[in-house]
Amino acid sequence: MTDDELIWRIAGGSGDGIASTSQNFAKALMRSGLNVFTHRHYPSRIRGGHTYTEIRVSSEKVKSRGDGYNFLLALGDSFARNPKEGAYYGNEEIKPLSENLDELREGGVIVYDSGLLDASEIEDFDERVEANNWHVYDLDLRSMAREHGREVMRNTAGVGVTCALAGIDTDWIEDLMTDAMPEKILEPNLEILHEAYELVQDEYDVDAHDVKVPEGEHDEEQVLLSGSDAIAYGSIDEGCRFIAGYPMTPWTEVFTILCQNFPKIGGISEQVEDEIAAAALAVGASHAGVKAMSGSSGGGFALMGEPLGLAEMTETPIVLIEAMRAGPSTGMPTKPEQADLEHVLYSSQGDSQRVVFAPGTVEEAYDQTRQAFKIAYEYQIPSLILYDQKLGGELMNVPASHFDRDPNPDLGSVLTEAELEDAPHSDTGKYQRFQHDVKDGVSPRSIPGQKGGRYLATGNEHTPEGHIAETPENRVAQMNRRLQKQEAIRAYLDDLEDGHQTYHGDDDAEYGLLTFGSQQGTVEEAVDVLVDQGYSVKSLGVSDMMPYPVEEVTEFLESVDEALVIEMNASAQFRGLTQKELGRYGEKLSSLLKYNGNPFEPADIVEGFKTTIIKGDDLQGLETKFVPAAGD
Amino acid sequence: MSAFNAIGDGRDVDQNEFTPGLEPQPTWCPGCGDFGVLKALKGASAELGRTPDEILLTTGIGCSGKLNSYFESYGFHTLHGRSLPIARAAKLANPGLEVVAAGGDGDGYGIGGNHFMHTARENHDMTYIVFNNEIFGLTKGQTSPTSPKGHKSKTQPSGSAKDPIRPLSLALTSGASYVARTAAVNPNQAKEIIIEAMEHDGFAHIDFLTQCPTWNKDARQYVPYIDVQDSDDYDFDVNDRREAAAMMAEVEDALHEGTVLTGRFYVDEDRPSYQQEKRAIGEIPEEPLAERYFDDSYEWERSADHFLDKHK
Repeated sequence: MTDDELIWRIAGGSGDGIASTSQNFAKALMRSGLNVFTHRHYPSRIRGGHTYTEIRVSSEKVKSRGDGYNFLLALGDSFARNPKEGAYYGNEEIKPLSENLDELREGGVIVYDSGLLDASEIEDFDERVEANNWHVYDLDLRSMAREHGREVMRNTAGVGVTCALAGIDTDWIEDLMTDAMPEKILEPNLEILHEAYELVQDEYDVDAHDVKVPEGEHDEEQVLLSGSDAIAYGSIDEGCRFIAGYPMTPWTEVFTILCQNFPKIGGISEQVEDEIAAAALAVGASHAGVKAMSGSSGGGFALMGEPLGLAEMTETPIVLIEAMRAGPSTGMPTKPEQADLEHVLYSSQGDSQRVVFAPGTVEEAYDQTRQAFKIAYEYQIPSLILYDQKLGGELMNVPASHFDRDPNPDLGSVLTEAELEDAPHSDTGKYQRFQHDVKDGVSPRSIPGQKGGRYLATGNEHTPEGHIAETPENRVAQMNRRLQKQEAIRAYLDDLEDGHQTYHGDDDAEYGLLTFGSQQGTVEEAVDVLVDQGYSVKSLGVSDMMPYPVEEVTEFLESVDEALVIEMNASAQFRGLTQKELGRYGEKLSSLLKYNGNPFEPADIVEGFKTTIIKGDDLQGLETKFVPAAGD
Repeated sequence: MSAFNAIGDGRDVDQNEFTPGLEPQPTWCPGCGDFGVLKALKGASAELGRTPDEILLTTGIGCSGKLNSYFESYGFHTLHGRSLPIARAAKLANPGLEVVAAGGDGDGYGIGGNHFMHTARENHDMTYIVFNNEIFGLTKGQTSPTSPKGHKSKTQPSGSAKDPIRPLSLALTSGASYVARTAAVNPNQAKEIIIEAMEHDGFAHIDFLTQCPTWNKDARQYVPYIDVQDSDDYDFDVNDRREAAAMMAEVEDALHEGTVLTGRFYVDEDRPSYQQEKRAIGEIPEEPLAERYFDDSYEWERSADHFLDKHK
């Protein structure tokens, strides 16, 4: 965490355009040369309900949301329920202001729309403002918007006020609005932007506070992307042209991006009757020679267990995407959690034969999605990408050059008709698609419609040509061959120049923070804070969940005295996986868990580490939970 | 140049080509109706000049699922109830394939009922054969979705309290554009109907009555049967949805009253198939998608060129 940063929070009602306004604002700041990172908080409601987006802006690379924030723009909630008619949700109208005060840093700025919000409805508002040295600007943004356009344009007025107070050049906003808005609404929005900006410049002391946007410059062109964008683009660049799915938050984002883009590049997208069908369609398309994917979130993924097992048994390559959300059952649909790790590793009957990656950043999401397809088609095995609403929904700037790669449409281990002529066939003319003794356990496949390639794919145990068989010799030969792929894939991953595990901090550090998936950036920031405070800490973000990177994690754990495992679930699933895979370290690993619906903030980890590992105390009153190492 | 030269081969095909060498003797019980489906499918495929390498036969789980083992072609013996989503994706990926899906009444009308409804609704260009023996055979005789009301079995000891599914009506309501019923005891009609179904451009549903001599001994053997197209007693327009619906209701009632009525009950040649509909709105490429992966000259699109600008 640096002091030289703006963390801007725009709060309002779900359905009031908070997401699009904040996205445009973030992009404008990125274009101006700054690094940005967004964090979304929204309810599972159609319209209304308190929502906010936070944009962290810095001259340095931003990897995480910050601790608290320093600039609040509180807008009205157009769809707030009338508090008089039901007190269950409390006074929703005031929430954009009242719900956001706790995390506002000392010396922070509050801008609120006095046309819709009345601060006097908040208990002790003035006292809190004084105690925290907050700087409050109440402006009638609604009237400003109404005067030039429509009421919903008050978002733009708020952006104009922000620019004036934080020292942001409105040209960046103007350029972006010109790109993003249709002409009809562009004119009034520009008028509102300028009027708000000038009003504040003229009538307020904009230097009464020191929350200012930093200065920055990029040395190469940047793009603003989410993890969902990165997964979708990774799929496209790896030659995937078939997706089947059923809507479910938060997986819907990847599904939507591909449904919208596939027609432009000759791909096929299918919204189908349920997730069983969705995964089965991916299997069917892949079987017929197309690179195919499906995906869902926890509940929908539960329905995919059968087709997933079928893909394993028939060695049909597919990629499945699992966007975790807080469970169990319907859980909290719009809240992030990492509690589907075991669900994804072990669902479906029999011995799991799949690959699971949990990327930690937007770039990793792109890279590992591509790797998932490559491995799936090369080794004829289902590959899964496990992520969550946090990584899926957070936007951050990434160098555009990261995506400047060659496409790879290769279908992997597939034979052509010419190659099939020389391939082994059974006496009856069937191609021996499941041969016992083959390198890395991979027996190349043929595709329906190829001359001389016919075989039977079946979920039953089967002979080399695919006929159902239950003899012990064949069973063991086929099982061993399929399982052999795990070792081959692990060896392949270990040989990669850019491995999937991410190290941060000094090699010689005394303590380790171990995490997986989307918490990686936050953990790295916590390491930086702890090191600044004089602690000897480093971190390892693990992405390979199956096959597990045993050597790398062992080496990391051997190098530290103690390690704290950070994960967003209640049962320490990643720690359990690590102990299972390594067969030891029970006394070395303790857990810091968070499962209240919000991702870790760096301070959760910093305080958690100091309290538990350094002082040896239990956590009191924090939002996180500590589970000590065995024997402690 | 195609990577799939079995498709549209157009050579003369002998129906014995569809008999696999490895497991030529089916393990179905003597007298099982499933033999009738196998024979009719072999005959129809040969008569249409389809070769084993251009047919993709997908099956579910059950006695009917063994069809894959006894019919020589590309085969995918899938999961219980899931032959349809796998079949229709394969057809989308490579429309030149002759795609036939098959399963039992529990498979298609029970556990796979949702897929049946939606595949019919979407009118995928494929043939779906349901082996309807009104019983679960492979699991040894439990009551199935088509078992008559009052049917007693180990899992329905007091007799089923449920009315059976009306498969033909369900297919029609869902959107199938070809709906027929045939019976294993009527091999000539069965072959003709399978030929029509394979030639039909859309979802062709065949409810195929397959007597089970082992677990459904009490049930009728589906003889004598009446072909409604050959009989003067039944007069309805097979192209008219309302008349077809009325006829189907009569046929479904009649089965449980002892009269086996077979034939074509609904044929809609005008409705475009799903593949045609999707191509019309630009959501299926002109060339089969599967061919692209074998086409070395194809310039694969990159996200950096097509989609990254809006993130700048």
